[in-house]
Amino acid sequence: MIRILMVLVVLCSGPVQAEVKIKTLTSPSGIAAWLVEEPTIPFTALEIMFSGGAALDVADKRGAAYLMMGLLEEGSGDMDAQAFAAAQEALAASFSFDVYDDTVSISVRFLTENRADSLALLKTALTQPRFDPEAIERVRAQVLSILASDAQDPDTVAGAKWSQLAFGNHAYGASRKGTLSSIAALTRDDIAAAHAMLFVRDTLFVSAVGDISEAELGPLLDNLLGGLPEGGGHKTAPVEFAMKGGLTVVDLTTPQSVALFGHAGIDRDHPDFFAAYVLNTILGGRGVESRLSLEVREKRGLTYGVSSFLVGKEEANMLMGQVASANDRIGEAIEVIRNEWAKMARDGVSQSELNDAQTYLTGAYPLRFDGNAKIANILVGMQRQGLSTDYINTRNDQINAVTLGEINRVAAELLQPEALHFVVVGQPKGLNEE
Amino acid sequence: MLFRFLIILGLCLPMQAVAQAQVSDLMLDNGMQVVVIEDHRAPVVVQMVWYKVGAADEAPGKSGIAHFLEHLMFKKTGNLASGELSDTVAANGGSDNAFTSQDYTGYYQRVAADRLGLIMKMEADRMVGLQLSVDDIATERDVVIEERNQRTESTPGALFNEQKQAALYMNHNYGVPVIGWMHEIEKLNFDDAIAFYKLHYAPNNAILVVAGDVTLEQVKALAEQYYGVIPANQSVKPRQRTQEPPHRSARRMTYYDERVAQPYVSRTYLAPERDNDDQKTAAALVYLAEILGGSAATSILGKALQFDTQKAVYTSAYYSGTSLDDTTFGLIAVPVPDVSLQEVEDAMDAAIAGFMKSGIDLETFERIKLQMRASEIYAMDNVQGIANRYGAALTQGLTISDVQDWPQVLQDVTTEQIMTAAQLVFERKSSVTGWLMNPKGDSK
Repeated sequence: MIRILMVLVVLCSGPVQAEVKIKTLTSPSGIAAWLVEEPTIPFTALEIMFSGGAALDVADKRGAAYLMMGLLEEGSGDMDAQAFAAAQEALAASFSFDVYDDTVSISVRFLTENRADSLALLKTALTQPRFDPEAIERVRAQVLSILASDAQDPDTVAGAKWSQLAFGNHAYGASRKGTLSSIAALTRDDIAAAHAMLFVRDTLFVSAVGDISEAELGPLLDNLLGGLPEGGGHKTAPVEFAMKGGLTVVDLTTPQSVALFGHAGIDRDHPDFFAAYVLNTILGGRGVESRLSLEVREKRGLTYGVSSFLVGKEEANMLMGQVASANDRIGEAIEVIRNEWAKMARDGVSQSELNDAQTYLTGAYPLRFDGNAKIANILVGMQRQGLSTDYINTRNDQINAVTLGEINRVAAELLQPEALHFVVVGQPKGLNEE
Repeated sequence: MLFRFLIILGLCLPMQAVAQAQVSDLMLDNGMQVVVIEDHRAPVVVQMVWYKVGAADEAPGKSGIAHFLEHLMFKKTGNLASGELSDTVAANGGSDNAFTSQDYTGYYQRVAADRLGLIMKMEADRMVGLQLSVDDIATERDVVIEERNQRTESTPGALFNEQKQAALYMNHNYGVPVIGWMHEIEKLNFDDAIAFYKLHYAPNNAILVVAGDVTLEQVKALAEQYYGVIPANQSVKPRQRTQEPPHRSARRMTYYDERVAQPYVSRTYLAPERDNDDQKTAAALVYLAEILGGSAATSILGKALQFDTQKAVYTSAYYSGTSLDDTTFGLIAVPVPDVSLQEVEDAMDAAIAGFMKSGIDLETFERIKLQMRASEIYAMDNVQGIANRYGAALTQGLTISDVQDWPQVLQDVTTEQIMTAAQLVFERKSSVTGWLMNPKGDSK
């Protein structure tokens, strides 16, 4: 009875539409930005992103971008680290500096009343970082401590091994945080060079959401970012995904093994991308409702969590997954995952699975847009991907356009059971490397 | 029907605009409290049902049953197949999950606002309609064992905290981990789960929090329809837990684990929590944690250990005041490679002794005060976070007015109160000092 009622609810109401009114603007000096005015709370979330990240580190200077980003709040202009922190706290503004392989980003929150002073302070961090020797040594010690802990963390060890096998000597093949030896050797010049290379106008994307108008935002952006150099066209080197099917074990003393698995994926711009996206949702992208979770967790109790995900990097794409099981049970978990991979490649998915996934994805999409900071983050990512502001209104149509024939063709093409590689970290029982 | 309508018009702040969340509440006839938080920026709603029962309410030998039952609540009911609640939420584009702490167990769904009735119907259904089968037990218990493996057994820091907490609480159940001890999880059975469920899951032991694009009238009508018809359970009693005796001896412990890459020292003191109508000491302790270890560059520990003497790569002080019974105040210092744990602990103690003598820098105090005001504005961006505040407070001995007073209580804290609270909390006899070490690293 209740089942029937629920279906009716779904059919009657249909997915809601996200109402995100995006304004595109160009500042007086020519900086493009997307803006959503949301005056109900007196603060603004500002997202600044530059294409080009840790993968642009020079070969033996791995970690330079990461260390540099960690130093931007450690002294700039006429302020040392402590003066900068005190100034920031006095404004109650927050700046978060993040570095990824293909981007660096700055997430900013500032109160309306402190808008100008907050951005003036941020400007000193972006354009006049001091990279004082004491600050470099202090942050270097922090990074070395993090790297030492990473070397004992099963998930991080698995990620590092995976990257190394997949990308070898390419920058993607090593942690963006660098290594003990590369971090130890970085000089102030290396850090300054990373700063000069990454913060350039040509690769800049900006979004703002909150209590700020178009007329106010343009001049503020000019003041904050207008002085950046145009940029030198640095590009991540092309790379081939080099891993073949198989199994790699990394010995680490821990009662539970963790595994990363997967193979090559699909480009965001590929015509089959949406079919692949829906396919992954059914396979392992949808929490406990996915096939992998149903088989590995719900039916067999082999794990607390198993999932799969599409990874899109600038120069490489992957379809990956992760699972963790006790050392004496990980072998069974891997066998079940291999079987599900092969089964979906061979038999595809059912019409009802496709329908469920489409309903889920189209219903979930508008729920992402419920906070200034969240929206600003989505908008800057859309710009970098080259999407138009209209994408928010058409994206669900693209999900719904995926047909059963299409998704099952993509299942047969994308899922390659023989190419599936598992990197297992722990002390797994009964597993042999292939 | 008790029926109230409140608006948090925040605080007489010298700020241009004032943070405000529109909050109202009502009580159903069966004793279920309902809190509604309106935020109409996006067509989204979060429903949370918080039960006033957590791991600290477990019987001896049954550690982990509150959390295990939380997992089992996704199984079959009289009207829903196993997993159907989550499937239905997902099919409607929503997400759902649950959580267990020492003091509460909560279930939530986040969906488009027009689906509120659907999720309320299902959440009400499992409040008293769970129909567990023996088959559910063994498989889901394995999942929980893997969860403990993942969260605790694989992380030396988590095992260290568990040992430290067990040493601090000599008589209170807070000394037992929420997820349970492994040897007891392995023996949890069908009868344990059913007994715990029947004793604690009832409308008069639950709080409904609905936040998002809804009105009080909508929520009231739906809540009466779905939850209002469930009879109160008269066997639900107010919680009576064993409390701590006077602590007469400071405790020290060293936990060795060969997976430790970065040793550190951590000290935990027993500390008062936010109490109904008495939140001042807790508010002072919130400041104390910020002053001592909030920001690396400006806090007492950060300045002394990370900047001046450069003996530590990281320092922190932490305090979480929302708790039903006595909570903790903690200090952490992570030494640089050539500094021993003894040396960094001594430096930490010296910095705090210095602070107790010299008192609070007024400029720092004003900055922290401003940041607390600002955090109320930033908090408005996340309505689920506001919902969490109410759910956690109302299941931990506080009232709606306590939650609404809290920002002003924080603004009214004086430097004298902070120093008095520091004197109170830094009582070495009610503390545990722990060293986390690698057996191979001798000097540290």
